[in-house]
Amino acid sequence: MTMMTGAEIVIRCLQEEKVEYVFGYPGGAVLHMYDALFKQDQVKHILVRHEQAAVHAADGLARSTHKVGVALVTSGPGATNAVTGIATAYMDSIPLVVISGQVPSEYIGQDAFQECDTVGITRPCVKHNFLVKDVHDLAVTIKKAFFIANSGRPGPVVIDIPKDITAAKCKFEYPETIQLRSYNPVVKGHLGQIKKALHLLLEAKRPMVYTGGGVILSNGAEQLTRLVRRLGFPITNTLMGLGAYPASDPQFLGMPGMHGTVEANLAMQHCDVLLAIGARFDDRVIGNPANFSSIPRKIIHIDIDPSSISKRVKVDVPIVGNVPDVLDEMLKLLDAGNAGPDAEVLAGWWKQIEEWRAKQCMKYRKKKSIIMPQYVIEKLYEVTEGKAIITSDVGQHQMWAAQYYKFDQPRRWLNSGGLGTMGVGLPYAMGAALANPGTPIACVTGEGSIQMCIQELSTAKQFRLPIKIINLNNRYLGMVRQWQEMFYGSRYSESYMDSLPDFVKLAEAYGHVGIRVERPEDVEDALKRAFIDHKDDLVFIDFITDQKANVFPMVAAGKGLADMLLTEDL
Amino acid sequence: MRHIISILLENEAGALSRVAGLFSARGYNIETLTVAPTEDVSLSRLTIVTSGTDAVVEQITKQLNKLIDVIKVVDLSEAAHIERELMLLKVRATGKDREELKRLADIFRGHIIDVTESTYVIELTASGAKLDSFIQAIDAGLILETVRTGVCGIGRGERILKV
Repeated sequence: MTMMTGAEIVIRCLQEEKVEYVFGYPGGAVLHMYDALFKQDQVKHILVRHEQAAVHAADGLARSTHKVGVALVTSGPGATNAVTGIATAYMDSIPLVVISGQVPSEYIGQDAFQECDTVGITRPCVKHNFLVKDVHDLAVTIKKAFFIANSGRPGPVVIDIPKDITAAKCKFEYPETIQLRSYNPVVKGHLGQIKKALHLLLEAKRPMVYTGGGVILSNGAEQLTRLVRRLGFPITNTLMGLGAYPASDPQFLGMPGMHGTVEANLAMQHCDVLLAIGARFDDRVIGNPANFSSIPRKIIHIDIDPSSISKRVKVDVPIVGNVPDVLDEMLKLLDAGNAGPDAEVLAGWWKQIEEWRAKQCMKYRKKKSIIMPQYVIEKLYEVTEGKAIITSDVGQHQMWAAQYYKFDQPRRWLNSGGLGTMGVGLPYAMGAALANPGTPIACVTGEGSIQMCIQELSTAKQFRLPIKIINLNNRYLGMVRQWQEMFYGSRYSESYMDSLPDFVKLAEAYGHVGIRVERPEDVEDALKRAFIDHKDDLVFIDFITDQKANVFPMVAAGKGLADMLLTEDL
Repeated sequence: MRHIISILLENEAGALSRVAGLFSARGYNIETLTVAPTEDVSLSRLTIVTSGTDAVVEQITKQLNKLIDVIKVVDLSEAAHIERELMLLKVRATGKDREELKRLADIFRGHIIDVTESTYVIELTASGAKLDSFIQAIDAGLILETVRTGVCGIGRGERILKV
């Protein structure tokens, strides 16, 4: 065994973990590691323009692939800039390893230049974090970090490495496997509970399946689709779970929640047996928990994280386990028995659901002279044939993208659901573009969100990332404006943005293609130009959209799911 | 309801702050917290007294189990257990109070472990409630300082918390 420096060990470990891309930004405390990066070509480094984007891009790569995303930042401001990215990944359970430089060990606690307590600052928003104090612990720590990040309920792990540790030398040995006495995530579900759940499901008169991000994260979409088709039950996918079940399938009722469809929300509300899978009864999904719980129904909840079960809503049949493993077990039991749901009873339930669906709650009025944002998403779906990876920022455009782009496959829809971080869209698209070459990638955004990480247009140029930016530009912070219109007497406090840049010129200044679209009849053509003529370029399409468009249906914060505000266009 | 939660965790830097941070971040309350290494120095035993509804305490246990450094969590108060807390009390002890304080300390099975012309330090080990009643029993004007360790607890008989 040869002696290696800590910096060389870090890069070697990344190679052992088959890491293809590291997103980062150099600085004093990580110079040794950047030198080690320079001396090899297996791990490619993507130089971002701000550390927040490094973490978001690594996150986008992870969301689109099931691999662990890796970011490398320097101490102090490098680490604090990364915090928003880490918290975003934490809320959505995304596996990341974030390596931060730290001032030399002997300077820690002395208020040294670019020193901050990275482990302390990130502690509440990581699955786990480490401060490496001895070069001999380095390789094992990195092994642990990757293991923790991508097992059980995934999440970000931070490794803080003081500069002297990256210079110190020791023998390199990378453990093949790792065992932690305090961490043993459950995989298989309890068979008795699974049988109990199946019994409830087969006896149900008004069954409903509700699934979240956990199905995507655990690669359980295939099993889920088989089970739901087999049972013939209605299904809804949350914002984080879109693509787990094909959205174009008639059993799919659309998204539930604050901006969910009438049929999904009413079916959630009025079902007698609810099968929740990899979801967490979030406030944006079930509305008021007291109202939701006031209607008697049996709830079955499959989740790998016991703390997600009975957290906000009391569950009758908890099943702790890995989603695909549990669903495989359910399918096996169904195959072994002859029992199936009562077709007649189910038909009655579907009749009710079709009545709700007939309300066509997603209809909107198209206008001759002004582009409706929903229309842009519909056209985006057509032009990309539903096959693009769509990233979004946070706000109205995010909801429209989720509502109007029909995701038939998992890992095609990347957005910040939990933390709701504006600015993720472009860096997510960067990570997804690198990890999925050849797949069309669109970042649906707004003029507010895009400016929160706009500097990454430069990174996208450097690495030739052919992202299509769909900017739904209504000159307002749209979701804020919508709430102000509905709940604050139309007092638009600070939600109008004056002095916006000329986005076409801005895109061009960064070396990209910019297109402005102001008329509905030009929408499709612009999208075709972007996705076909400029297939290999980054194209920024600035759609000037209706300023008054609101997202409907809407369940106001704190209200029950059945209490939906609908568009006046109906 | 009051609960005594016992935790075995890795004796590593920062492990305690993960536990304490979890309680503040999720709005759980800590009445007392004690921690020290066990016979195996790689392990710490931590005892937290908290209160909350059954649902809250269930969440606390689950969230604690999620921490990577936490090895085992037990709610001691859900079955037979013993709890003890140590208190050091410095009191003004002059004139006729000296005799009265001595007598009270004896009744509560405490010890006077420091004596000066004008003060006593009384050491008392008991349940938290017993310590409270001792404080109640003494004239508040005489108490100069109170130091309490917080509760530590252990299950009775074959109830054993071990790796």
